[in-house]
Amino acid sequence: MTNTLTVPKRPSPNSRGDGVFRAVIIGLSLIIIAVFLLSIFLLGRDSLPALREFGFGFLTQTVWNPVTKQFGAGSMIAGTLITAFAALVISVPLALASAIFVAEYAPKWLANPVSYLVELLAAVPSVVYGLWALFALKPILQSFQLFLFTRNPDLVTQCSTLHSNGQNSFACFFMPEAPTGQGLALAIIILTIMILPYTASVARDVIRLVPGDQREAMYALGATKWEVIRGAILPFARAGITGGVILALGRALGETLAVAMVIGNNPEFVKTIWGNTATMASMIALQFGDAQEALHRSSIVALALLLFFVSVVVNYSARLIIVRLTPKGIQ
Amino acid sequence: MTRTLQRGAARSAGLSAGRKATNLFMGFLISLGTLLVVAPLIWIFVYLTAQGIGALSVDFFTKVPAPEGEAGGGWLNAISGSLIMLLIAAVVGVVVGVAGGVFLAEFPRHRLMPTIRMVSDVLSGIPAIVVGLVVYSLVVLTTRHFSGFAGGLALGLLMIPIVVRTTEEVLKLVPLAVREAGLALGLPQWRVILSIVLPAATSGIVTGVMLALARVAGEAAPLLFTAFGNNLLNLDPSKPMSALPLQIYIGATSSYDINQNQAKAGSLVLIVLIFLASLAARSATRQKK
Repeated sequence: MTNTLTVPKRPSPNSRGDGVFRAVIIGLSLIIIAVFLLSIFLLGRDSLPALREFGFGFLTQTVWNPVTKQFGAGSMIAGTLITAFAALVISVPLALASAIFVAEYAPKWLANPVSYLVELLAAVPSVVYGLWALFALKPILQSFQLFLFTRNPDLVTQCSTLHSNGQNSFACFFMPEAPTGQGLALAIIILTIMILPYTASVARDVIRLVPGDQREAMYALGATKWEVIRGAILPFARAGITGGVILALGRALGETLAVAMVIGNNPEFVKTIWGNTATMASMIALQFGDAQEALHRSSIVALALLLFFVSVVVNYSARLIIVRLTPKGIQ
Repeated sequence: MTRTLQRGAARSAGLSAGRKATNLFMGFLISLGTLLVVAPLIWIFVYLTAQGIGALSVDFFTKVPAPEGEAGGGWLNAISGSLIMLLIAAVVGVVVGVAGGVFLAEFPRHRLMPTIRMVSDVLSGIPAIVVGLVVYSLVVLTTRHFSGFAGGLALGLLMIPIVVRTTEEVLKLVPLAVREAGLALGLPQWRVILSIVLPAATSGIVTGVMLALARVAGEAAPLLFTAFGNNLLNLDPSKPMSALPLQIYIGATSSYDINQNQAKAGSLVLIVLIFLASLAARSATRQKK
C-alpha cells in the first residue's frame, strides 16, 4: 500500500517535454495579452500630442476643423451615442420577439431555419449593409423626405430661419434640411439591423434555458402563453438578455463602414433626425487616410483610443453579466 | 378529483376575453417582429442577386479593374488579395487562437488563466477599425509601406478571440476519461493533448476557424490603413493589396454606375461565399451530434 502511494510521486521519465510544451502554449497565449497591451501603448503614444494639446476639452469641444487645427470629439461622441442607443431601443423589442418566436412559438421545422437566418444577419459584412443602404434604402428615405418637404412648405422656411439663428424646435427636429436621404436616420436603421442578431441569439439561448417546470407550473395554473412568457420566462432570462443587449451596444458603438457610408460624415452636432453627422468610428475610417497634419492624425488616434476603452468597458460588463447571472451552460 | 378537473375546465373556458385577446395580440406582435427581423436579410439577398448578377461574367473573375468609370475589367485583384490575406490571417489566428484555447481548456488552474480568458473576451469586442489603426502603427509605420502582410495580420488578430473561444469549448467536450486513459498509459501531458485530445476535437476546431474566417472575410475597415488596396494584380504580400470588401467599399462610394454595379456583383459573390462557409461549418457540427 505504502509502495503504491509513493509511485506517482516519482517523476515519470516520459513526462519530459511537458515543460517545453507548457512554455510554448503559454508563450503563444501571452501574445493575446501582448496584443492588448500593445494596442493601449500604441494608441496612447500616438494620441498623446492631441491629448496634451486639448486635454479633457477633447471630449467636450464640438469643433473639428483641420484648417484651424481645432479638434474636439464632442459631436462625434454625441453621434456615436445617439446612433447606438437609438438602434438599441428599436432593435431590442424586435430581437426579443424573434427569440421568443424561435424558442416558444415556432415548430421545430420553422425554428431552426429562422434562427439560422437571424444568425446569417450577423454574417453579412458591414460594407454590404452600407451598399444596400446606399442603393436600396436611401432612395426610399429620400422620397419620404421630399414628401415631408412638399407637404410642409411653411415649416421648411420656419426651420431654416431657426437653424440659421442657431436655434431648434421639436417640430424642426423631425423636418429634413434637404431631402438627401442619407444622414442620422439611415445610420440608425442600418445599425438596428446589424446589431439585432447579437441580442437575438443570446436571448434565444437564455430563453431555452428556462426550466420546463417553470412553464408547466404556470400553464397548470391556467395561464395563457403570453402570460407564461411574461411571468415565467422573461423575468428568469432577464439577466442574460441584458448581457446580450450590452453586447449589441458594443457592436453598435464600433460599427464603422456601413455607418460611414450613410451618415454623411459632417463633424457637427446634429440638428435634425435626418441631418448629416458623424460617429467616432466613421470619422476614423474617412479621415485617417487623408490626415497629413500630425495633430489631425493624433486626434483621430485619440478617437480610436476612446473607442477602445469604451468597447473594453462595455464588453467586459456584458460578459460579466452573461457569465455571472445566468445559469451554467450559457456564456 | 372530478371536481378539480371540472374547475380546471371551467377556468379555461372562463378565460376572460381580455386575457385571450392579449394573448392573441402578443402572439401576432411576436410573429410580426420575427418577420421584420428576417425581412432585411431576404431583401438584401434578393436585391444583390437582381442587381449584381448582370455584372458577373468570366471577366469579373479573370481581369483586373479597368480605370475608374470605364467599362470592362474584373475583380481578380480583389479575389486573389482576399485569398492571400485570409491565408495569412488563418496562420496567425489558428496558431495563437488554438494555443490560447488549449491553454484555457487544459491548464484551467494556471494563474494566468483568468486574465487570458478575460482579455480574449474583451478583444473580441474591439472595433475592427481600431485594430486596423493598431496594426498601422505597428507594421505600416515600421516598414514604411502598406502591405498584404499588415492586412492579413489585422484580420488574424480579429480571428484570435473567436478561435480561442471555440477551441476552448470544443476541447472541454472531450471527456476527461480520455485524457486520464492517456496519462494512465504513461504518456506525458503534451502527447495526450497533441495526439489524443486535439485530434478528437479537430472537426470542432476547423468549424471554429471556418466561422472566424467567414467573419473576417467581410471586414474592410481594418484594411483601409493596412492593405490599402491595389488596382493591379498583386500576389506579393509585402506590397499593397486589394480585397473583396475593400473593393466593394471603393465601388459603392464611386460615382460611376459601372463601378457601383461591380460593387453589387462583388457583394453578391462575397455574401454567397460567406453564407456557404458558415453553412458548411454549421452542418459539420450538426452531423457530429
